[in-house]
Amino acid sequence: MFSRILIANRGEIALRIIRACHELGVEAVAVYSEADKDAPYLRLADEAICIGPPDCAESYLNIPRIISAAEISDVEAIHPGYGFLAENVHFAQICKDCGITFIGPPVEAMQLLGDKVQARKLARQVKVPVVDGSEGTIENESEALKLANQIGYPVIIKAAGGGGGRGMRVVHNDISLRSAFSAAHAEAEAAFGDGRVYLEKYILEPRHVEVQVLADNEGNALHFFERDCSIQRRHQKMIEESPCPALDKQTREELCEAALRMIKEANYVNAATVEFLLDKDKKFYFIEVNARIQVEHPITEMVTGHDLIKWQLKIASGHTIRISQKNIRRTGVAMECRINAEDPANNFSPCPGTITEYLPPGGPGVRVDTHVHQGWTVSTKYDSMIAKVIVHQKTRTEAIATMKRALREFVVEPIKTTIPACLDILSHNLFVKNKVDTGFVERNF
Amino acid sequence: MKQPWGRRKDAVMVEKDTDLQKIRELIEIMKANDLLEVEIKHGDDRIFLKRCQPQPQQVGVPMVGPQLTSPTGLSSTGVSAPLGQPRAPRQEENLVEIKSPIVGTFYATPSPDSGPYVEVGSRVTPQTIVCVIEAMKVMNEIKAETGGTIVEVPVTNGQAVEYGQVLFRVRPD
Repeated sequence: MFSRILIANRGEIALRIIRACHELGVEAVAVYSEADKDAPYLRLADEAICIGPPDCAESYLNIPRIISAAEISDVEAIHPGYGFLAENVHFAQICKDCGITFIGPPVEAMQLLGDKVQARKLARQVKVPVVDGSEGTIENESEALKLANQIGYPVIIKAAGGGGGRGMRVVHNDISLRSAFSAAHAEAEAAFGDGRVYLEKYILEPRHVEVQVLADNEGNALHFFERDCSIQRRHQKMIEESPCPALDKQTREELCEAALRMIKEANYVNAATVEFLLDKDKKFYFIEVNARIQVEHPITEMVTGHDLIKWQLKIASGHTIRISQKNIRRTGVAMECRINAEDPANNFSPCPGTITEYLPPGGPGVRVDTHVHQGWTVSTKYDSMIAKVIVHQKTRTEAIATMKRALREFVVEPIKTTIPACLDILSHNLFVKNKVDTGFVERNF
Repeated sequence: MKQPWGRRKDAVMVEKDTDLQKIRELIEIMKANDLLEVEIKHGDDRIFLKRCQPQPQQVGVPMVGPQLTSPTGLSSTGVSAPLGQPRAPRQEENLVEIKSPIVGTFYATPSPDSGPYVEVGSRVTPQTIVCVIEAMKVMNEIKAETGGTIVEVPVTNGQAVEYGQVLFRVRPD
């Protein structure tokens, strides 16, 4: 096991990683920008190093400063968290060149899976179903038009170089395809420095289902079942749950096996999430692999009883997976609500500001992952998520009841948060009856 | 004047004479090498010693701690200073701080054998190179970007520095 690592991230995930480190006897070095200098989790770190001004490019995305911090604090490894540099091939390569272990996949696997077009090719190789679409990237409008008419509208244009909803456009006809093609290309270029786009059939009212996987450097891989993340707004997840309530035993097995095939074929090491779409006929299609730990990892931890961050540290330090798939069991239902500093009544516009009253929920079955506290100032510089409320109960009905109870207890003043929006969703008939898809939120709220 | 010593709250309690002797030796090593902090870990035991910055002489300010006086009545600490001696730099206002623009290791000298780029009392112009900070095997020359006289160097040669850390304090012209 490592004796000391650096966490190249901030906020709740930095705190999460510090906690896992301390339980394993690993020293944690935190880095921070001047905007985060008063964050209490920095005091929990064994060392905290200021790496720059508030701007991300000058701090959390600044590779030379992060590597320098790693060097002066003499760490063996870096955990990149999620977002920021977590899927940055260049950063992973530099870590390797500097003799620092990157807690995540090898550079080659990250590169392969980071290219969404290559990932689709890989999926076909291992007989994992993919959405009907372009073989490679689409070079120009006429190619896009031809293919779109071949597959049949609606289609979706996506960025090859990245995900997270950027560079995506749903198109219903030839006219809108023209403008969407150039818009998606420009957005992809801006977001990922890679303007390449590809095309897929747009599946109507799909569910978003993803599988958590873990692989070691001897080719052993395990899955930790699936999560349903259909409750999204503008491609940003709001509520996640495990297990996916729409899956039967057979489909679940096939889905998880397909995820493992992808991971093994890519020679992947460490934690990843394989994302699929589930159509109305319960057929699943591979979408992409997220080569990092994800925001919603806690719900998998609750249902399986496994600490995924500790697993990441163990695998990165050379441990192999000694348990078999049948040892991974799931119990009950877990749900997570992401609480953002946004005003649902005002088109979810961001609400930065100082939190003067903060009372998080508690009690049986409730877990709150957050870095926020009373007196915390929500900055405009970073994403607006302030807390994750996670519940775990025996049944879905009880989980919903506990989540509603927890959210009603949760006090965050005076800034506006998405708590009311989550409560509305949790109370909605279709959500309760489990008749949702990725368009549910935008259609009904 | 005696120099006060600092101890972290969670430092290991010394129980044996041999430990006390080791600590005395450590203290001497620190003084001889002008070290500010030393931390030693051995299994579960940990010792952390920190020296406070020595305070310069101040005229007219009551001395703290025991003083030895010689038969002639002069304080052993006293170098008789003329009135009007400048006050300690820490209490001076309007000092300009030169802060580290990067994360790395501070070096006061261009090479291990040469003298420092600047020291207390040196005059600097905005273009004067005041130190080097090594980051990722690259030596970055840091310019003063201000004009004046160096009055304080709160970091030591070879010390790890973070973004924004004060490297020098300058009394502007």
